[in-house]
Amino acid sequence: MTTGMVIGRRLAYLIPLVVFGILAVYFAWGLNPNRDPRALPSVMIDQPVPEFALPPIEGMEGPGLSAADLRTGEVTLVNFFASWCVPCRLEHRFLIELAMQDKVRLFGINYKNKPEEARDWLAKLGNPYGRIGADTTGRVGIDWGVYGLPETFIIDRDGRIRYRRAGQIDQQTLDETIRPLIRELSQ
Amino acid sequence: MRAFVLAFAVFAAGLAPAWAVLPGEILDDPILEARARDLSRELRCLVCQNQDIDSSNADLARDLRVLVRERLVAGDSDGEVKAFLVARYGDFVLFEPPMKPATYVLWFGPALMVLLGAGGLIAYLARRRRNPAVPAAPLSAEERRRLERLLSDTDTPESNPQ
Repeated sequence: MTTGMVIGRRLAYLIPLVVFGILAVYFAWGLNPNRDPRALPSVMIDQPVPEFALPPIEGMEGPGLSAADLRTGEVTLVNFFASWCVPCRLEHRFLIELAMQDKVRLFGINYKNKPEEARDWLAKLGNPYGRIGADTTGRVGIDWGVYGLPETFIIDRDGRIRYRRAGQIDQQTLDETIRPLIRELSQ
Repeated sequence: MRAFVLAFAVFAAGLAPAWAVLPGEILDDPILEARARDLSRELRCLVCQNQDIDSSNADLARDLRVLVRERLVAGDSDGEVKAFLVARYGDFVLFEPPMKPATYVLWFGPALMVLLGAGGLIAYLARRRRNPAVPAAPLSAEERRRLERLLSDTDTPESNPQ
């Protein structure tokens, strides 16, 4: 038996260890309770915002929202919301906090919502949005790759999408992801 | 008999595919409509995730069905319609993952495993043919006696000789 064969045989004993290591990493990833297996990565990351131009919510004053508004050299949060969306109501206070305290530029896209219900909702809960576009058909939502409400995007100064949150914003996301990223992009 | 026929009819109705496509969505052109139906079966409903948009009643699935039909009417090829949706929702929107470097493991992994297994088996058999196993040494007289004792006496457990 040559030395090479001996070393080869010794190394073969390591195979179970390597297999165990691979499985352990895989299970640690798969069983992580913080991982949402339904979450989809956005393909829009680092892409320029899609072209769109939306009117304001019917019966509300204001200019509506278009892609050009997101290319004015300021970091912007874009939030898709609707009055029928329960998690939107839960995250609303964080949006108000971002707009009022952090002075973040926040625009809203009102997704498939009856205008009177959207107006009532904003009147009751407060309106943190600098501009709101009404996406009554949901077509702009599709162009942004939206598949459920709420969804929140962070747009950098060049009008590129840098972050997408599908689902409700919570305190942890706000403090650990959204605020640091806005700070970083604003520098 | 009538009850049986009725029961069978109810059972058969349950087997029929759920009809999610609303009459208003159907195109007048039957060829385009057939293409739209085929395409819709290859596209995933992002809300339900394990259902195609053709059979899903989700709101987004309906929007996507209408969108697919609009694009077909506008003259898009099937590939262009898929590319349109992949640009917005990623490869996940397709039920069949596309062939590209990131999915090579997925596509070729199983074949590779079979090849590895077959290779290992061939190597093992070849080695065994080259150096056949050394026949075991015959039993000693003492071992033979002990074996006979064991075989003849199945009821009582063997007492340890020490």
